[in-house]
Amino acid sequence: MSLRELITHSQGLGDGIDAPVFAEPWQAEAFALVLALHEQGLFTWDEWALALSSALKQPGALDDASDYYHCWVAALESLIAIKNVTNSADIDHVTAAWQRAAHATPHGQPILLENDPERS
Amino acid sequence: MSHDHDHPHDNELDPMAARVRALETILTEKGLVDPKAIDAIVETYETKIGPRNGAKVVAKAWVDPEFNAWLRRDATAAIASLSYTGRQGEHMQAVFNTPETHNLVVCTLCSCYPWSVLGLPPVWYKSPPYRSRAVIDPRGVLAEFDLILPDTMNIRVWDSTAELRYLIIPLRPEGTEGWSEEQLAELVTRDSMIGTGLARVPEAA
Repeated sequence: MSLRELITHSQGLGDGIDAPVFAEPWQAEAFALVLALHEQGLFTWDEWALALSSALKQPGALDDASDYYHCWVAALESLIAIKNVTNSADIDHVTAAWQRAAHATPHGQPILLENDPERS
Repeated sequence: MSHDHDHPHDNELDPMAARVRALETILTEKGLVDPKAIDAIVETYETKIGPRNGAKVVAKAWVDPEFNAWLRRDATAAIASLSYTGRQGEHMQAVFNTPETHNLVVCTLCSCYPWSVLGLPPVWYKSPPYRSRAVIDPRGVLAEFDLILPDTMNIRVWDSTAELRYLIIPLRPEGTEGWSEEQLAELVTRDSMIGTGLARVPEAA
């Protein structure tokens, strides 16, 4: 999408005063995780801005910024890895557990990690 | 977030939703975040923080000379006096449009934005074309917003950082003498506080 198309799309959402903030719930959660970790003092906001900037600069970043929160999550993962909180293998592992839990949860019920059939 | 595939009774998490849940699980188990705090942050940004805050700051600056002077001197404190405070400890600077100079805000580095007064940025603000072109060709970028400024008007571009965020104070529209702060705030659009627009002109009576 060109800048013009992005603007037109944004104007279709009104004058911005009441525009939706997040496109999907996970974006809101990822956003809040970063704010919470910063408040905990895990990193400075400067460190965060650099991590995000570096994720946004990766080749293949999309012109329409629709991958913005993907970059946000990538930046969060890289920063907590640098801080020795966790690593991508651990994150992969827990992600898979959540996906198994989702499959095992009857539709309409809340998805809980306890529902993962392989949970030990 | 969940949707049916060929297993009508199963839930499905899309890959990003599952990954963010995993991050929250790990960070919670390590005692670094509290899920209740996460929910509270989401709710605040979805419902309480947005450009209406900024519009109130602008309207107050238009009608209250003392607040106006304070905003010019120390925007962080003046804005905090209305209880709009940043979570990142960032400093605010108010930049006033004049009949001679129009101001425009960008973050070329990433997407730094004055969240406490404008909420979260629109998609175009975060997009590579806006971030790269605003500095090189501000007039061309403004034209994309249908904002054509006279050639005689200067355009000044302000590049935000993690520590310093800018709020543009647009010119008060003519024909609004005697208006209340509440009425004036209705004329202030989000884009006018980023500099990609102007305050609305009141409809002719």
